[in-house]
Amino acid sequence: MNAQRLGTTALRRVAGQPNSFFTANIAKLGLASSQITTLQTRQVTTQKLTHNDEISLLAKQRLQRPVSPHLDIYDKKQTWFGGSAWNRITGSMFAGGLYVFGTAYLAAPLLGWHLESASLAAAFGALPVAVKTGVKFLAAWPFVFHTINSVRHLTWDIGIGFTRKTIISFGWYIWGASVVGASYLAFFL
Amino acid sequence: MAALRSSSAAARALAASSRPAIRRPASSVRGMAQLADAAQQSQHAAGENAKMKTFQIYRWNPDTPTEKPKMQSYTLDLNKTGPMVLDALIRIKNELDPTLTFRRSCREGICGSCAMNINGTNTLACLCRIPAEDSKETKIYPLPHTYVVKDLVPDLTLFYKQYKSIKPYLQRDTPAEDGKEYRQTKADRKKLDGLYECILCACCSTSCPSYWWNSEEYLGPAILLQSYRWLADSRDEKKAERMDALNNSMSLYRCHTILNCTRTCPKGLNPGLAIAKIKKEMAF
Repeated sequence: MNAQRLGTTALRRVAGQPNSFFTANIAKLGLASSQITTLQTRQVTTQKLTHNDEISLLAKQRLQRPVSPHLDIYDKKQTWFGGSAWNRITGSMFAGGLYVFGTAYLAAPLLGWHLESASLAAAFGALPVAVKTGVKFLAAWPFVFHTINSVRHLTWDIGIGFTRKTIISFGWYIWGASVVGASYLAFFL
Repeated sequence: MAALRSSSAAARALAASSRPAIRRPASSVRGMAQLADAAQQSQHAAGENAKMKTFQIYRWNPDTPTEKPKMQSYTLDLNKTGPMVLDALIRIKNELDPTLTFRRSCREGICGSCAMNINGTNTLACLCRIPAEDSKETKIYPLPHTYVVKDLVPDLTLFYKQYKSIKPYLQRDTPAEDGKEYRQTKADRKKLDGLYECILCACCSTSCPSYWWNSEEYLGPAILLQSYRWLADSRDEKKAERMDALNNSMSLYRCHTILNCTRTCPKGLNPGLAIAKIKKEMAF
């Protein structure tokens, strides 16, 4: 670029009329002609379309357009490990679990199932220790996560904790705290 | 005049001679004549110091619509490329593949044209440094969950329609007190900081899963930030109507504070906070 500018000014000086409109253009022309052989050319022809043709072409193209990839390619830390998604998943697990158990409990006398607390506790107590702790952890983790993360959502609702740094760091703290809390509930109670 | 010219020529000569000292000699002055060779250079003449980097770019051509979108790899020597992803894209288009299509204009983060998904996060290609130390391939996709016009160009028609729907202009019936301009206090003006800087690049809206699934009815973070920009303006007199327009289950309340918007904004703005403020104003 600088080499070109220097060339332009040199040509202007040779022309002797540095401030003249015409010499400036002659200089440009000279430069252009010396370069024209190396310019990239694209062999594209265009055709004129009527307005209606344009509209129908656009409508046709719009039907064919693919949707760009989203969940597969977006930063996994923000999609798969996002607190919001897991808040909803854990909440749905508990709500769904409540409905399933409630319905089963209602239907139990008719179907002859034993879902009373005493028989459930006895059945759970008969399981091996490893299975017992595992089941406890699997039930405790969603509970702890949902509780802590809901508090976070409440602080967001009053407008606190929106800096980029807080969002990212607290996201990880909550994963850590929920695992610690669930471990406590599973192993020490 | 002649004296002036020669002095400016001297200044340019100075500049020309000083620039190669700052830049690497390999990329000092690149005229059009060198372009033709450059494609071969960048592929074959990878010298000892070459820092090769592969970019994987999403391709789809509307002229062959039945072909599925695919990822195409391009390898560049970073020593001969500018520091930003946009520099790499422009170089690929200039030297390796002129059919690669993307939007770009200002190359300094003020126009919002080059918004795309780079390594999993939406950002402006012109503000995103090429991760040079990272030997992994850099993956570039169009903005997520948009209709693709071609390659990296998304169809933003709906986005702009939604922007229009919030009436993004000052609405006022009473004339100015002094008959000249609508004044506001410094404190009121300060409320617009962090809102007026939005360039509508659509990075935040297309990072939002809620917007992915409900873009027909949910306005999305960018448009809601703009909504708040007009709600917060002390000179606007249609605040009640503006809030009324948002008071339904879809326009605003599809926001579940996922906050990908705040994390992705290339301008460092906070759409998540703006939405929270709207929700708060609607509640109390």
